[in-house]
Amino acid sequence: MASTFDTVAGIISDICGIDRDTITPDSHAIDDLGIDSLDFLDVAFAIDKAFAIKLPLEQWTQDVNGGKVPSERYFVLKGLCANIDELVAAKAA
Amino acid sequence: MRLEYFELVDRIADLDLAAGTIAAECVLPERSTVFEGHFPGHPILPGVLMIEAMAQTGGWLVMARLGFRRMAFLASVKEAKMRRFLAPGQPLRVEATELHEGSGYAVASARILADGRTVADTEITYRVMDFPNADLRAAMLKAAARVQVPVELLPDA
Repeated sequence: MASTFDTVAGIISDICGIDRDTITPDSHAIDDLGIDSLDFLDVAFAIDKAFAIKLPLEQWTQDVNGGKVPSERYFVLKGLCANIDELVAAKAA
Repeated sequence: MRLEYFELVDRIADLDLAAGTIAAECVLPERSTVFEGHFPGHPILPGVLMIEAMAQTGGWLVMARLGFRRMAFLASVKEAKMRRFLAPGQPLRVEATELHEGSGYAVASARILADGRTVADTEITYRVMDFPNADLRAAMLKAAARVQVPVELLPDA
């Protein structure tokens, strides 16, 4: 069974045309991988479908834009994957 | 349809919020300045307006499912196919199904049918946002009434 990171990295690679080998857990989706907001919608859609969850993108954006949370927590892939795991666990509970 | 005013949906014929489906009925006008240029001697509906008709139909579905509290803006169109020509006067049925309601976005599939045959189809992503101002919200509610969104789904303006 693929790890959360492997699944997310595969999604990003497929949708954004980024070489899979350049995507690491420490990659920042925006700053390092250059994913723009429109492509991130496609990534979010694929993640929502793959994990049967709903990424709270609007809340995350508000948190980051409001300075409450550093963007790394949501948009560095290891942070994104940890959030996905939490959402999956919460749904299963 | 009033092409010049981007009013591409005449009437919502079916709307099932639980199922996430909508169908609209439209009739292409016999005359339009759009047809004068597209094309002289061979008037057909531009493909971009086929896409717009599908986007508007799906947009009404997305907004209705959100109680018209938020606006759906076209964000992306995938795999759009324009399979046949549409001539002036042609009646159309435009159908859309919401595939996913995400956080701040929604995805729908849509198609246009003429005489029971699929004319165009695509997958559409919408950015879903608060109305940027009261004027747009009022205009959209007025338009919703024009296309006959069931009155019980319309909030008090």
